[in-house]
Formats: sequence, C-alpha cells, structure tokens
Amino acid sequence: MTALLSAYALEVIGLNKAFGGLRVTQGVSLSIRPGERRLIIGPNGAGKTTLFNQISGDMRPNSGQIKLFGEDVTTFAPYARAHRGLSRTYQIITLFAGDTLEHNVTLGLLGLLPSRWQMWRPLSSYRDLAIAARRTLDTVGLLHLADHPVSDIAYGEKRRVELAMAMAQKPRVLLLDEPLAGLSNSERATVKSLIASIPKQTTVIMIEHDMDTALDLAETVTLLNYGRVIVDGERDKVIADERTREVYLGA
Amino acid sequence: MKWIASVLFAALALSLPFFMGDFYINLASQILIAAIFALSLNLLVGFGGMTSLGHASYLGVAAYISALLTSRYGFDHGTAALISILGTVAMAAFFGVIALRATGLGFLMITLALSQVLWGLAYRMSNVTNGDNGIAGLTRPAPFGLSLESAASFYWFALIVTVIAFAMMAIFVSSSFGSSLKGVRDQSRRMAALGFNPWMIRWITFIYAGFWGGIAGLLYVYYNKYIHPTSLSTTSSAEALLGVIAGGSGTLSGPAVGAALVLLLKNYASAYIERWNMLLGLVFLFIVLVMPTGIVPGLHKLVAHFRGRSS
Repeated sequence: MTALLSAYALEVIGLNKAFGGLRVTQGVSLSIRPGERRLIIGPNGAGKTTLFNQISGDMRPNSGQIKLFGEDVTTFAPYARAHRGLSRTYQIITLFAGDTLEHNVTLGLLGLLPSRWQMWRPLSSYRDLAIAARRTLDTVGLLHLADHPVSDIAYGEKRRVELAMAMAQKPRVLLLDEPLAGLSNSERATVKSLIASIPKQTTVIMIEHDMDTALDLAETVTLLNYGRVIVDGERDKVIADERTREVYLGA
Repeated sequence: MKWIASVLFAALALSLPFFMGDFYINLASQILIAAIFALSLNLLVGFGGMTSLGHASYLGVAAYISALLTSRYGFDHGTAALISILGTVAMAAFFGVIALRATGLGFLMITLALSQVLWGLAYRMSNVTNGDNGIAGLTRPAPFGLSLESAASFYWFALIVTVIAFAMMAIFVSSSFGSSLKGVRDQSRRMAALGFNPWMIRWITFIYAGFWGGIAGLLYVYYNKYIHPTSLSTTSSAEALLGVIAGGSGTLSGPAVGAALVLLLKNYASAYIERWNMLLGLVFLFIVLVMPTGIVPGLHKLVAHFRGRSS
C-alpha cells in the first residue's frame, strides 16, 4: 500500500554512518522523485560513495532509513534491493575481467531472472539472454567487442560496460558512481549522451566531479561536505548558492 | 587437443580391463574414486573460490554410515546408500552454515576444524566406530543382481559412476548457476548488486560438493570393504586438495589428472621409497614452479605455444 502512495522513488531519512570516530554520513536526508536526474557533488571525502554504498546495501547505516518507492529497505541485502529495481555502477571498475563483454552483460540480465538458479541447462543455450545482452552492448556502442574478454578492452570501453551491465537490468533507480572518471574528452561526450538517453522511467542519481558535463545532465543537485547535506534543490539555485561557492572555492 | 586427449582417455578406460592384470585394474578403480572426490572438491576450490581442508568429512561419513548400516544393522545396500547420502548431504548443509560465516583462510580453518572433530569421533567413539581397528568384513553391493566382487566388474561399476559424476559436474559448472558461482568467486560484491545471493550460491555449492564427496565415499568403502578413521583425516583432505591444485583448479579435467598423479605416486613410490611423502612434495613443488596453474592448463599453454611456432 505504502509503495503505491509514495511520491518518491528514493527517500533517505536521517541517515548516519560512522567509521570509528569518523562520521562519514551525518543526518543525510534526500527525497528523489521518479524520473528525476539528481547530481550529487562534493569534495573528496565528502561521503558521496559511502552514501551510495548505504543506498545499495553494501553498507549498513548506524541509524536512519532508506525507502525505495515507499518501501523501507534499510535492512535489505543488496540483492533484495536489486530485485526491487535498484542498480548501480562502481567508481572503481568492477567487472569480470576474464569473461567476454557479452557474458558480463548477460550476468546483469541473469541476476533478476529465476533461471539464475538453473543447474541443468548451459547458460550458453539461453539464446534470448545472449540477444538481449548484445542489444544492450549495441546501445553503448560496443557490439563489435562482444566476444572479447573484458581484460582486452580499453579503460574507456570498460566504463561503458559498467554502464551497460546496469542499464541491461532496466532499473527503476540507477546509481552512477563517477561514470566519467578517467575518460578522455571524446569519451566523455559519448558517455554523456548515453546517460542522457536513459529513459525517463529510470530515476538517475549520479556522483560526478566533472561539473561541466554533469550539470547538463542534472535537474537537481545535492552538495555534500563532511558527510552533511549543505545545499539541496534545483540545479541553478544550488550552483548560485553562496555555500556551494564556499565549499568549492573556499571562503 | 582436448578432443584427442578425450578419445585417448576413453580408449584407455574402455580397453584397460582387457589387457591389464587385476593389480592395475584395481589401481584404476582407485584412481576413479579419487577423481570423483577431487572433482567434487574442485567445485568448491576451483569454481567457488572456497578452499576447503576438510573435504574428507563427506567421503568418510558416507563410508562410515554405509559400513555401519550394512554390517551392524542389517540394512541392504540400496537403503544404506540412500541413507548415507542423505545423511552426508544434511551434514554438508549444517557444516556449510558454520563454515560460510567466513571466507578465505577463515573458511579453510573452519572446514579443517570440523573434519578434525569427525576424525576424533571416529577414533574415540570406539563402541560405534570400532576406533582404530576400523570396520572390517564389509561387502560390496550387487546392483541388479550383478556381483562386483571381481576387479573388472568393480572397475566397470566405478567407471559408470565416474562418467555420470563428471557429466553432471560439467553441466553444473556451465549452467546459469555455475556462472553465478564463478561470478561470486570473482566479484562477490558486484554479483550481489546485480541481484544474486552470494551466500545462498556458496551454500548450495557446498552441499552439492558434499553430495559428490559422499558418492566417492560409498565407492571408497565398497572398494576397500573396510573403513578406518584415516579416511576422515586431514591427510585425506589434503591429498585431494593437492590433486586439485596440481591438476589445475577451476578446470574440468585437471583435478582428475591431479588425483591420478597423487594416487600413482603413492602406490608406486611407496613400494620403493619409504618417505614417499617427500617425493610427493617434490613433485608438487616442481609442478607449482613449472606450471603454476596446474598440469592441464600448463599443457594447454605448452601446446598453444608449439602450435604458434609451427604456423
């Protein structure tokens, strides 16, 4: 019932997380509407990735709540959240290096299917999965490398495989952790248009340092510093805000 | 090359009883049993990234249950086999819950500790297990009324079971589930984020490996008609692990090759050298130095290298 009534795709309510004495998330609250494009910015060590890790379930918060479409998922395991429509990419590339691109994306598809428990039928015999994986690789422009192992391809291409694995799942909420990190200018443009092409059914929350590129993609912006939300709201308002300038340029 | 090797192996396996004496036929049967055992351990070590030093538990417990039920409680072999496999699987499920609280070295130590408990019980609970004397005077089953008393007939029986075991484990690792298992081995965190339950995948694999360990245990006790606590010892677990690593963990045929090597060394070398363990150690050292990934992947590389040269 609550799931139907909720106006938000993702809600974070009063989240706290500390590593020993270091408080990396301090009373963070976010409300993100379905279809929204939210950019999360902040200096190094602001707690952006830690926040993502709590949303995805890799880390448990010390207190606070996380709701996906109104459902409290705070204590849910990462895979349970994935089955409720949450996908993520990683800042540090986390792919299956020895396997082909097709296999990598296939795993993304398989993760949400009951057939992932199937023990008596070779994975290679699922033609529909292979076709769907190749279609996703085509959308990120890597179809020609589908049969190559990930270890053979270039860094920029790996970034796109990261994206393809998450996009193949057709998530309702997609967390992108620095999707442009380490890319050349032309690669940035490619990935930017890829992110821009993600359908509106998917809510996108993105951590990114490259403001020139990322601001174009964002509708709303959250500024984090020392684990706290400093400013939060419409993109232009946040950029114009005095406190944003303070954090980025120093007082 | 794989194709040629398979044909050669099949030809050898099928013709062996016709030109070899009983000694060698029996040796071949032992190799088959050790191969099933190593293959089952490889599901954990090679495909699951879970290095266990307690896999003898499943071989030993299945063997002991079968031995006790048939010799002491008058069960027929079929029922005894069923109960011992069910018991072994249940034990694997329970041990899995304990061992999978940890990964890596912690996992290894827990599996070692659990198997040591069983080994200790087999030694000390002599009113049940007959302790250090072991349980002797056991019989072999006679499936469909066919006696397995002769060396050749037992060999055929073991070969059929081995072929089924190999095929089922091969299908297992190439299945969707097998792909999930390898994924969890390589990137457990990513797999969880993609919707896979890493713990459940590891646990099911642990139980499945225990099942095939139990099958190897039944063959073991049928072959020997005798069971002793050493079958549960760490040495027994370690020999299988040695076979898996020497042959090539994470490959399908590697562990079988490794298991054969360990068994041959044990049988041949022990006739000439008293300290055959030392020789085994040296051979293992040699393999690790020359072919760090194991014999089978090493040979693959060698063949690929020479092919590259000739073309």
